[in-house]
Amino acid sequence: MEKMVNVYFFGKKYEVPASLTIMKAMEYAGYQLVRGCGCRNGFCGACATLYRIKGKTELKTCLACQQQVEEGMYVATLPFFPLVKQVYDIQKVKPTEQIMMQLYPEIYSCIGCNACTKACPQELKTMQYIAYAQRGEYEKCAEESFDCIMCGLCSSRCPAGISHPQVAILARRLYGKYIAPECKHLLDRVAEINEGKHDESMSEIMNKSLEEQKALYNSRDIEK
Amino acid sequence: MYSYTQEQLDSIKKVEATRQERLSNLHARMTAEQKDAVLKEFHPDYIEGAYETLKVGPNKGEKVLHELADLLQGKSRLEPKKIDLKNPDYDVDVLVIGGGGAGSSAAITAHANGANVMIVTKLRIGDANSMMAEGGIQAADKPNDSPAQHYLDAFGGGHFAAKPCLLEKLVKEAPDAIRWLSDLGVMFDKYENGEMVTTHGGGTSRKRMHACKDYSGAEIMRTLRDEVMNRGIPVVDFTAAIEIIKDNEGKAAGAVLQNMETGEILVAKAKTVIIATGGAGRLHYQGFPTSNHYGATADGLVLAYRAGAKLLYADTLQYHPTGAAEPTQIYGALVTEKVRSLGAQLVNKDGEAFVYSLETRDVTASTIIRECKGRGNGVKTTDGEGVWLDTPMIDIIGGEGTIEKRIPAMMRMFGKYGIDIRKEPILIYPTLHYQNGGIDINADGQTTMVENLYVAGEAVGGIHGRNRLMGNSLLDIIVFGRNAGKYASEKAKSVKVGKLTLSHVNDFNKELKEAGVNTGKLSPQLLPNYKRQDM
Repeated sequence: MEKMVNVYFFGKKYEVPASLTIMKAMEYAGYQLVRGCGCRNGFCGACATLYRIKGKTELKTCLACQQQVEEGMYVATLPFFPLVKQVYDIQKVKPTEQIMMQLYPEIYSCIGCNACTKACPQELKTMQYIAYAQRGEYEKCAEESFDCIMCGLCSSRCPAGISHPQVAILARRLYGKYIAPECKHLLDRVAEINEGKHDESMSEIMNKSLEEQKALYNSRDIEK
Repeated sequence: MYSYTQEQLDSIKKVEATRQERLSNLHARMTAEQKDAVLKEFHPDYIEGAYETLKVGPNKGEKVLHELADLLQGKSRLEPKKIDLKNPDYDVDVLVIGGGGAGSSAAITAHANGANVMIVTKLRIGDANSMMAEGGIQAADKPNDSPAQHYLDAFGGGHFAAKPCLLEKLVKEAPDAIRWLSDLGVMFDKYENGEMVTTHGGGTSRKRMHACKDYSGAEIMRTLRDEVMNRGIPVVDFTAAIEIIKDNEGKAAGAVLQNMETGEILVAKAKTVIIATGGAGRLHYQGFPTSNHYGATADGLVLAYRAGAKLLYADTLQYHPTGAAEPTQIYGALVTEKVRSLGAQLVNKDGEAFVYSLETRDVTASTIIRECKGRGNGVKTTDGEGVWLDTPMIDIIGGEGTIEKRIPAMMRMFGKYGIDIRKEPILIYPTLHYQNGGIDINADGQTTMVENLYVAGEAVGGIHGRNRLMGNSLLDIIVFGRNAGKYASEKAKSVKVGKLTLSHVNDFNKELKEAGVNTGKLSPQLLPNYKRQDM
């Protein structure tokens, strides 16, 4: 007989197999999910969830698709959180300190409570990357925030009203576009193609007979 | 937390015992004949009983999997006479159905071309397979590589079945796709001098796999989503398209929409329509688990089919060789091919390597199934069986810290269940991953049968032939997303929409009745049903 546990979805009790994730347990209980369910693999941030174990005070955060159920788990999903997303033109902004001050001034109100870091289901150093953003250190902010799935749990716990994931994506886009070293071989190849320098080799291979194509494929030299 | 069973632990000992020997002694590549033989005997695409012949529609007489046939020949979710087409709720130039990578690229490109464009998506923008692509994106942009070499790899890997004009576009526009993404701020892995960090994928002859750690798709998707928002492109989310609308000349002219939460029906009129609805993993063909996102239910194929568009290679699916087989909580989840690119080998219960690590996906998956079902060399798991993917080899080959730096998502996914992939190998089994076939299009992205109906992304058939190489899907959503956005917005400038109609739905219903087909399914399916069986 499968081991069962008691969990509470929005306060209502259900008995579910102990091996399930919160998401699968909700479905086992009979929910047809529409909100709060996306990739089911920990990449999309749709299933941000809060829970507390009966008798304990600590409020925990997780992704419903990744977290296994426990006895006495009180679950509230957070399928949407109103993050503030400022609109900007990536072609016009510049990677200066001013841009953060202009778009997300609330980051300077951070009181250093670190609730964001504690809430992150990806175990990112959230408060640290906000500190990098405050100082205009976009490379560090981009690296530190790279695994962010934009679930918004950090922001839901923030007393300063910071939208951490939006700050982070601005930093990453600034880094990717303006700060990361330019890739010469890429730009060279794009230019070659635009100038038609690869047209001949393309038609040559495309115009071969199927037998010739097969022979070529089966005798390719493979880069070590 | 998961603990390996005693049987699994005993098997790990054998894997560890052969590791040193396997490091220097790679398994031989297979010959073309050996590949054909293992595919025919063990690949799920060759299981005849899983297929049936379509009795109605543009592909009548062709075979598709039962699960897809049920939906293609399913019952419409609406009664045409009850829909008021005279007062559309939305009237746009370009309607994009689907909010993944292809839909977003298409919308951004159409918007840049001056079109009034709208995205409609049944979940949220970014809830898509694009978000989950881990390993990378191919582009022949290095001096030792060329678009022609890329063409040869992809054409052969797809069993010489790709539509040449589509594959040509894919490889020739690949470098510009990477340039476009970089220009939007996507953070590709680079060396300090700006050179791209590139690796092999299964079936590549050059190292042309570009990556953003193992969050490649997520990094691309979240950037595209941010750009859609910056441009103020309207995104109507939690709203599904349930039928294509045509005009009295038989051209696509919009879609009937349904709010996923309230059930409200809405009508969107458009000059051109782009289907970018993605794949079908959540149909669980042949009972396979899937690596796909929640909404991957082949909706676009159904919409297009009922509107008269033809499908190409709808019978062929990709089973990714390495889905997680243990722990059960992540059964079927994708273990990126990059794990093998970085050196991890596939090993059976006795610690023997049974295949060269980077054969194409269909061949590799078939050898894993052969190892388990054909030779009895699988390791028993909670949900069935699997083989080992020897991850500790990666840090031995690449140096300590390689796993942490290059595949952090994988380390996290298994780490959550107490498995340290740096120290222990992991159990894997093929998982339903990609829809190789889809809707037939021309090089301009327009369907071959229905004017003003465009398709981009996984819903397209023919770009890859009968098997797709790693890194060519993230590539195709960008290349063909931009392509559809460009041509659909250009075409919209000259389109005069006639009288809106759903008569094709009536015609299809009539055809079903005459053929005596009643699958008992409503389609498009929209979402899978995972409620407990007895409910």
